[in-house]
Amino acid sequence: MTSYFLIIIGAIFVNNIVLAQFLGICPYLGVSKRISTGVGMTGAVTFVMVIATIVTYFIQNLILIPFNIGFMQTISYILVIASLVQLVEIVLKKVSPPLYQALGVFLPLITTNCAILGVAIMTVSNNYNIVEAVVFSIASAVGFGIALVSFAGIREQLDLMNVPEGMKGAPIALVVAGIMALAFMGFAGMV
Amino acid sequence: MNQLNNFTKGFFKENPVFILLLGLCPALGVTSSAVNGLGMGLATTFVLVMANIVVSLIKGFIPDKVRIPSFIVVIATFVTIVEMVMEAYIPALFDALGLFIPLIVVNCLVLGRAEAFASKNNLISSVIDGAGMGLGFSMALTMLGGLRELLGSGMLFGLSIYPEDYGMLVFVLAPGAFIGLGYLIAILNRVNKA
Repeated sequence: MTSYFLIIIGAIFVNNIVLAQFLGICPYLGVSKRISTGVGMTGAVTFVMVIATIVTYFIQNLILIPFNIGFMQTISYILVIASLVQLVEIVLKKVSPPLYQALGVFLPLITTNCAILGVAIMTVSNNYNIVEAVVFSIASAVGFGIALVSFAGIREQLDLMNVPEGMKGAPIALVVAGIMALAFMGFAGMV
Repeated sequence: MNQLNNFTKGFFKENPVFILLLGLCPALGVTSSAVNGLGMGLATTFVLVMANIVVSLIKGFIPDKVRIPSFIVVIATFVTIVEMVMEAYIPALFDALGLFIPLIVVNCLVLGRAEAFASKNNLISSVIDGAGMGLGFSMALTMLGGLRELLGSGMLFGLSIYPEDYGMLVFVLAPGAFIGLGYLIAILNRVNKA
């Protein structure tokens, strides 16, 4: 039980996927203009991340390791993730139109979200078993969500502020992200 | 003249990191020193040029509907080659870059150039475009890596410039990446406007 707790705290706070590991920066800067889009993106990422981690876990252990073709890891993972995103999109459209409405626009963007592939690879390099892998992927997605939604909240306020001309847009957003990363560094050493 | 323009646009007018804000994950993740930034930049340049060559050669045979997955397979192949070569010949850099080497696959810059440029242009233009964009990306990463190394540990490319005790450690750690890139972009914005 303790090991799961450590994985959760580690993935959400100490090694936050965005602010400490620099994965998923593109959606972090791209869809953080409004809190509502941030929440939608978090939902889509959580959904795909958990499914992708489970599927790639079985690919690793049932195909790549028994046939000794570990070097195919990158190619097979990215193909699985790309087709998975397509599949999720098609299934959601049929099964749950409201959920598709909410997550739809974000799904195609997820293929190139390096957080998904990153978490799948980290699961392998950390030697997690299947339960730990699922816990780790959910916690990573929650960490992504916390960073993204709180960042979106700050950026909504930032629109109303008087920012120097040269700092408008990306530069001030990056500096804010840096200060958030500084705050998250306070968790370092907890696990 | 046109090809020269095609090559130089990656450095300033359409610099992938500073202007287009593409490929920020490796740009922030590996630039704790100038050497790491340069290594990552050159690895990405190789993948970018090779992927552009192959995509521009096979663009006529690929049905429109499956072009994105096909491009991803081409890119992933070259990333795997880079990964294996690096692990064999420069293990120190391989360890320093770590997770970010397989993640070149999902670098939006590489897929973006394959989709937006190489799938519409001939071989020579695609090679020049890939080289220009890749070297512009390398330049940005080396600048950010150099800035962080200099402010954080008082060194540049491993050579000591001033005593390490006076360095600001935060620039080597995660927050320094965000803040350093933010200020670099702000300065370039100012210079471009003037």
